[in-house]
Amino acid sequence: MVIKVAGNQKEVAEGLTVAQLIVDENVETPQYVTVTVNDDFVEQGQFEGTVLHEGDTVEFLYFMGGGQ
Amino acid sequence: MISLKQSDYEKIVAHAKSEAPIEACGLIAGELSGSDKIIKKVYILTNIDHAEEHFTLDPREQLQAVKDMRAEGLTPLGNWHSHPVSPSRPSEEDKRLAYDSSASYLILSLMDEEPVLNSFHIEGDKAEKENLVITQE
Repeated sequence: MVIKVAGNQKEVAEGLTVAQLIVDENVETPQYVTVTVNDDFVEQGQFEGTVLHEGDTVEFLYFMGGGQ
Repeated sequence: MISLKQSDYEKIVAHAKSEAPIEACGLIAGELSGSDKIIKKVYILTNIDHAEEHFTLDPREQLQAVKDMRAEGLTPLGNWHSHPVSPSRPSEEDKRLAYDSSASYLILSLMDEEPVLNSFHIEGDKAEKENLVITQE
């Protein structure tokens, strides 16, 4: 099936989860990544159980913060 | 070298002053030219910590900014935030939370009458000041 990851079309296996996609995409510091699927935010604890579907749009947002 | 338009510099300063003593923050995007970074657009985002000593970019606004960058053909270049009462240099927390070593981290200090803006490359616990140039339009 085809999904869109960070704006790019990507052929992936049926039944791929968000957790597997994070591994496939070599996402650095995944513990600090926020994921959206079709603009819905996916909680970290739901990565394993969130199955992607044909045409889904996925974005990885890296935590940005700090303090003085 | 990393360049920032005078109008974008003024946009950052004006917003940071309006938010003080809360830390202000946002994103920068533009073009890469060899090892140079040219900031073409500055995004103002909400500090969801609403704190005087911390900032976290609002993820929903971050998502919109990322989409806007893509639509405009801009490259994400890093982020900016203010230090209302401390110098323009990364704190230990800034360094600890700087996960992207390819990003530039702009820090605006408002501690003195004249604002001070610097850009840093942060890798691990090492922060190196970049050559930030403010350009006319």
